[in-house]
Amino acid sequence: MAGRSSRERGYALYLIPGVLASIAVIVVPLVMTVYVSFTKWTGVGDPRWVGLENYTRLFGDTLFWQSFGNIGLLVFAMAIIPTLLGLVLAAVLFDYVGKKFGDRWAGLFRSGYYLPQVIPVAVTGIIWSWILHPSYGALNRILEAVGLGGLTRNWLGDPDYALYSVMLVMIWFQIGYPVVMFMSGLSRIDPSLYEAADLDGATWWQRFRKITVHMIRPEFYVVLITTTIAALKIFGQVFVLTKGGPSNATLVPSYFAYKNFFEKAQVGYGSAISTVLTVLIVALAFLFLRLQHRSEELR
Amino acid sequence: MTDLAVKHRNPVRWFVLAALVVLLLLLVGPLLVIAVNAVKSPADYAANGPLSIPGSLYWDGIVDFWNRVNFGQKLWNSFVTALVVAVLGVVLSILNAYALGIGRVKGRVWFLVFFLVANLLPQEVLVYPLYYISKEAGLYDSLFAIIIIFTVIQSAFGTYLLTSVYTEFPRELLDAASVDGAGKWRTLWRVVVPVSGPTLAVLFTFFFIWTWNEFFLPLVFLVSNDNQTVPVALGVLQGDRMMDATTTSASALIGILPAILFFLIFQRTLTRGIAAGAIK
Repeated sequence: MAGRSSRERGYALYLIPGVLASIAVIVVPLVMTVYVSFTKWTGVGDPRWVGLENYTRLFGDTLFWQSFGNIGLLVFAMAIIPTLLGLVLAAVLFDYVGKKFGDRWAGLFRSGYYLPQVIPVAVTGIIWSWILHPSYGALNRILEAVGLGGLTRNWLGDPDYALYSVMLVMIWFQIGYPVVMFMSGLSRIDPSLYEAADLDGATWWQRFRKITVHMIRPEFYVVLITTTIAALKIFGQVFVLTKGGPSNATLVPSYFAYKNFFEKAQVGYGSAISTVLTVLIVALAFLFLRLQHRSEELR
Repeated sequence: MTDLAVKHRNPVRWFVLAALVVLLLLLVGPLLVIAVNAVKSPADYAANGPLSIPGSLYWDGIVDFWNRVNFGQKLWNSFVTALVVAVLGVVLSILNAYALGIGRVKGRVWFLVFFLVANLLPQEVLVYPLYYISKEAGLYDSLFAIIIIFTVIQSAFGTYLLTSVYTEFPRELLDAASVDGAGKWRTLWRVVVPVSGPTLAVLFTFFFIWTWNEFFLPLVFLVSNDNQTVPVALGVLQGDRMMDATTTSASALIGILPAILFFLIFQRTLTRGIAAGAIK
């Protein structure tokens, strides 16, 4: 065993650069933010310890609750709808289009659906804030052109519609990711399973539920967890599309924290917001991982 | 299957195809609208609106925008940052994963939990101290700070993914190398890295595209014009007075084109890599 432990020590050397870099860029800033969240600090001078004051203020702040409520709707738009829609699309492309029209067609659709995902987030925001612009945007022009002028709105500028507009943009942005993930999962499935189901006279819907959904469970969990976390972290699109407005209708926690850090110089308060967001994300991730683990054990 | 059944199914078949095409148009349409208007003259736009095909190709919008924001510089900044982060991030991931996956050092489970959590953290929880420290260290408003930060952040994901690959690394190859008298360092670069080449290519692709598209930290760190990356330059110009419809389209188009170019270049590794179980 002595040999093995010296061998281990040799390998541990390889961890040194990674560990040192992680301490500098991740551990120290994380600890600092948690500490600062218990202080009042403008970013200049020394932070003043105030205990839980930021947190009690936070839980009484309607903006805080609003930003987390908005995030709930964005999880719906960025995680739940794309996952469900992506599941159906992937199954149709793989099992129907691929077989009736050929794999090239399925591949073509998949690439097309994935395209919005590769575009920089900031550019996505630019494209859509132009399309949705009340006076010169393409959407209102189209509505007028087809005689639906009554439906034109200030899509991003009206507090009643801004969040829904952002949600639609996020569905547009997100849909390709589950399609690609699920299609690669489907390619793992033994074709003879489908043939057996066909012989038994199963309908397409039955095959979809019993085989497709069952077999790509691992991908299903990965997609759901990654998209949910992406929704909780959303910043770029909101920054470019609405800056959290109008009148905070599209405020999200990350932008709320950003405003406190860099616009209001309330670093302690901003730190408390990001600490709460972090705890929520890490807790959700571990919950998902446990669920996933349990569902794998059940099989 | 009888002829009758085939005929009966035909309408369904075309209906499904039509639905998929409509969806494709909805997803790709906005990009096409952007492309069409980017090469339309403002007069043509004012007269015929956003949906007309431009009467003639008008490049001045793109050229003007390019010169006005010094776009070449932004492209170069983005390219250098993404490339250096991708290379360093892969190297750091390899070193970590070599120790954790193949070396199985003590406490590896805890290291893995650490890298998983690091990977989940929202950048908001790191941003202010990083901003503060980099100001103290004189690294604020420099690509250097962004490169260091993203190298570490990306390698947290890379370590997590690569460790699971290296845990299954064929032991025979390692034993053969040690019989040949190769030390750990040689074994790593002569055996482990070449054998895991495809996975490393996928990681490189991910790191490059992710870093290219990053917005939040570059927005905070790169404040001067000469240091901005493409997404930051385009993002902060939103709502600017000079941004009329055709200029906005032109700016969006030159923001999209590099992304589509990388997409085409990396498409094969990318599709394979997304399948590799990305947990980001």
